[in-house]
Amino acid sequence: MITFIQTYGGQLLYKIWQHIYISGIALALGVLIAVPLGVMLTRLKKASTVIIEIASVLQTIPALALLAMMIPIFGIGAIPAIVALFIYSLLPILRNTYLGLNGVDPSLKDAAKGMGMTSLQSIIKVELPMAVPVIMSGIRLSATYVIAWTALASYIGAGGLGDFIFNGLNLYRTDLILGGSIPVILLALLVDWLLGKLEVQLTPKTTSHAKL
Amino acid sequence: MELVALKRMELTYVFLEMKHLSKVYGGKKAVDDFNLSVAKGEFICFIGTSGSGKTTTMRMINRMLNPSSGSIELEGEDVLKADPVKLRRKIGYVIQNIGLMPHMTIRDNITIVPKLLKWSEDKRNERAKEMIKMVELPEDYLDRYPSELSGGQQQRIGVVRALAADQDLILMDEPFGALDPITRESLQDFVKDLQERLGKTLIFVTHDMDEALKLATRIVVMSHGKMVQVATPDEILQHPANEFVENLIGKDRLIQAKPSITTVGQVMYNNAVSITPGRSLKEALKLMHEKRVDTLLVTDDMGILKGYVDIEQIDYNYNTATSVDDVMTRKVFYVNENSIIRDTVERILKRGYKNVPVVDQDKKLVGIVTRASLVDIVYDALWGEPDATAHTKKEPVTDIKEEQKVGDGKP
Repeated sequence: MITFIQTYGGQLLYKIWQHIYISGIALALGVLIAVPLGVMLTRLKKASTVIIEIASVLQTIPALALLAMMIPIFGIGAIPAIVALFIYSLLPILRNTYLGLNGVDPSLKDAAKGMGMTSLQSIIKVELPMAVPVIMSGIRLSATYVIAWTALASYIGAGGLGDFIFNGLNLYRTDLILGGSIPVILLALLVDWLLGKLEVQLTPKTTSHAKL
Repeated sequence: MELVALKRMELTYVFLEMKHLSKVYGGKKAVDDFNLSVAKGEFICFIGTSGSGKTTTMRMINRMLNPSSGSIELEGEDVLKADPVKLRRKIGYVIQNIGLMPHMTIRDNITIVPKLLKWSEDKRNERAKEMIKMVELPEDYLDRYPSELSGGQQQRIGVVRALAADQDLILMDEPFGALDPITRESLQDFVKDLQERLGKTLIFVTHDMDEALKLATRIVVMSHGKMVQVATPDEILQHPANEFVENLIGKDRLIQAKPSITTVGQVMYNNAVSITPGRSLKEALKLMHEKRVDTLLVTDDMGILKGYVDIEQIDYNYNTATSVDDVMTRKVFYVNENSIIRDTVERILKRGYKNVPVVDQDKKLVGIVTRASLVDIVYDALWGEPDATAHTKKEPVTDIKEEQKVGDGKP
């Protein structure tokens, strides 16, 4: 293992960075688009089933196929990979945002409206804070998917830890396969743990005592 | 002239007016031609079974629902043309499930509407303190979260939250339905006090007749979207509009309410046997024999009650006295025909009188209450529920007076 790090250490760090960069941007875009879209869907009951259906269909396209489909449009490299992974990240976040907001106690929404909050005020002050745990679990799920699938992105020349894994497969080198996949697993676990911390931070307090 | 004056008075009097209000859901009329004028400071209870349209009607007032037709005016302004968001900030709103924001402190919850109205932070804090004082909770509760309060405390906060921005009209949708009876009672007292002391106008939806009878100045009974009866609690108890209202009130409650709304005049016998003081004892005796009674009430020519004479007095003095006037007892216990049975029954029974004369305002004899008629009343009152006895114990009566001795009557 020490020799592996001595030989590939610099390259490994670079690939980890690429991996974080690709999955991070894809996920960030996913959050930026899916959360507001999910909120909007709660106000458009009819459109919501259609749009969530479409997102579900996108989810069923095999990851490799989706990545390949990006090549005619965006060519090869990081950009098509980011776009494909972004599409993948949408559904869990979208669905959880939608379900999270819909799951907020109707009497709270009724009280908010009845006291004279506008729809936007109700969303920002009441519904989103109450839905944070559900939305965050959607984001955490997406993050795990995206980090895992970024490994596939190496197929379309995006780089990342997938390069190690596919090289290892081609050359029948177990050390390269492990050297690529173990960091992917660790990265996914780390990101999930960090997002878990963030979830606790974002979830509003409901008691005056500190939670243990 | 008079009509104009009346109209003008009406204009200042009407605070909230609903005319021909209807709400149609998929062809079904949830509310059908609802008409009500509410004066400032009234406590209106909407009562009915579920699906009667009571909540729907209430929710149209603050535009949580839009009426299918009809008009609503609040302080002379057309509610249906108002901006619903601004309108709702003017109207207090309390719901059954309390609806406190679990992620906001009590302070933030109380001051939600003041904050929406962009009050300064100092003013908001001050108001929060006033409100917590009003519900008799310590000030440090302001920094707690709703989950740290009991259900009753939470709903108290829910109620004052609806007052925090000086709303004059407060809508309450079965606010105490989920609370235990003791907590509910104390909250009922609390909101009644708000109405009486602060002059707030309340529209209160409930399905609990006891609650409506206790709180309302007027009760609106609804069934299948229609108004069945609009009346004060006493009127509803005395004259339920139809069988539906009667059932809603409940047989037990009607019976229990009987002693508290029935007057002596309604249960007395009209055929009191009386005689004038000038008559001879012989005539008196003959009358007793004819009517098969042992006591005669003595009235003057105008029918004013003067006293009574019984068989014992006649027997004892038959040889020495000549007229009724000589032997009659001038000190007589009587009751007014308008006094309430509940207030008099106990008095009468305690004194052990067999018969009590009933008089009108001018002290003219109009009838008599016998022990038999009292037994009926007491029987009815006790028949309903075992705790009905506690119900009859009320403040002492002022209607019953004992006549002072006039002159020097014989023992």
